[in-house]
Amino acid sequence: MNGRPLVTAPPVARLIEAFHRLPGIGPKSAQRLAYHVLRAPRAEAEALAAALVDVKDRVRLCSRCQNVTEQDPCDLCSDGARDQGLICVVEEPLDTLAVERAGVYAGLYHVLHGALSPMDGVGPEKIKIRELVERVSRGGVREVILATNATMEGDATASYLVRLLQPSGVAVTRIARGLPVGADVEYADEITLGRALRQRVPVETEEGTAVEGGER
Amino acid sequence: MALRIYRTEAVVLRQRRLGDAGKICVLFTPNLGRIEAVAKGVRRPRSKLAGHLEPLTRVSLLLAKGRSLDTITQAQALDSFAPLREEIERLSRALYVAELVDRMTDAAPDVGGLYRLLIDTIERLGATEALDLAVRWFEMRLLMEQGYQPNLERCVRCNAELALEGNGFAALAGGVVCPGCREAPGSRPLSGAAFKLLRYMQRRPFAEVARVRVDAVLGRELEMHLRQAVQAALDQEVKAGEFVDAVRATSPVAAQRSGRR
Repeated sequence: MNGRPLVTAPPVARLIEAFHRLPGIGPKSAQRLAYHVLRAPRAEAEALAAALVDVKDRVRLCSRCQNVTEQDPCDLCSDGARDQGLICVVEEPLDTLAVERAGVYAGLYHVLHGALSPMDGVGPEKIKIRELVERVSRGGVREVILATNATMEGDATASYLVRLLQPSGVAVTRIARGLPVGADVEYADEITLGRALRQRVPVETEEGTAVEGGER
Repeated sequence: MALRIYRTEAVVLRQRRLGDAGKICVLFTPNLGRIEAVAKGVRRPRSKLAGHLEPLTRVSLLLAKGRSLDTITQAQALDSFAPLREEIERLSRALYVAELVDRMTDAAPDVGGLYRLLIDTIERLGATEALDLAVRWFEMRLLMEQGYQPNLERCVRCNAELALEGNGFAALAGGVVCPGCREAPGSRPLSGAAFKLLRYMQRRPFAEVARVRVDAVLGRELEMHLRQAVQAALDQEVKAGEFVDAVRATSPVAAQRSGRR
């Protein structure tokens, strides 16, 4: 374990090591978690172990939206109440949860599992772009909303997708960008503030008319 | 007491994730060369730094010296090169340029010339129509700045005088080979037009080079030679080059874009 002396029983050390590999878990947290498991009732430990195995055995990617799911197609894709003509494209599965939390979107998703990162060698073939283009070309889609991150990689991915989707004739939109709630104008960068100003909306008709109100 | 805080201007070349919400920024600075610095919390939406530290931003920074990496404490974008971000053709080239600087440079004092070259090129990529030519000119100038100037005067193998036609370009050997030495390892045929343009790029400012009409075939040939020269100097593949190719493959004006439109 990175040269640290082993003063604990090997099975505990192995568990600490396993926790330590998880993102955001340092050596101290790993120890705490391992000793928590050690002291916890057997049932709790078994539930954890089973959950870990299940996640590898039972979870796969939805053949339509590429989100992680137990059933294929996933619950969202097979939900008749959702607008089947809208696809919101996100980078990661967790992003769908964030969009769901916003509570204003009732269409489907497409998870890319990453963003184009040319300098790291992540090209179009490494993420689920082909799947999206095929899905759109099968028809029935009215609008594709690009909700990739507002980073260089997210923007690169979005503009590459615009390029690929344009021939299909489907409307392609990008989520607006502006100041997050609680942010100071003083600290805003010029790109954010510039777009926030260009895409400003009339105050009276704020509800749902952002696209018509602002300059696109 | 040693000064713990210092100020510098920089171009953000790239970022990578660090821990939960932080990033490590790779910066190119006029006085320190290529450095890495930690930006804490920039993946949180309310970060005051985040928008100022995106790749391909010219930024004024306040940094605090750290044990291994310095930490960015304040950042103010000076130029975000917005036109780059809106067009994938421009962005892909700019990323390629940033990757070259990232890989070909190191921490080094007084690299103002290279810094100027980088800024001028990024600025140019936001405005020019001769995108690929701007990248070629940058490759040539970067090679020259870093001591890898291709030899275009005499055959690099036998030192013979060079005629315009019938030569080869041998990146590994460091320049042009005469018709008699064209069997040199890695040598590729060099057309007279490409040879002339390579020489012109070594001697002339971009404004003059940009007036040259470069058709798709010549553009492709120049790209091949200069990419090889860059790869020979780096001894590794430049990853963003593939992306430039991928973008070009989807371009609605693919045929016209490779040189000046």
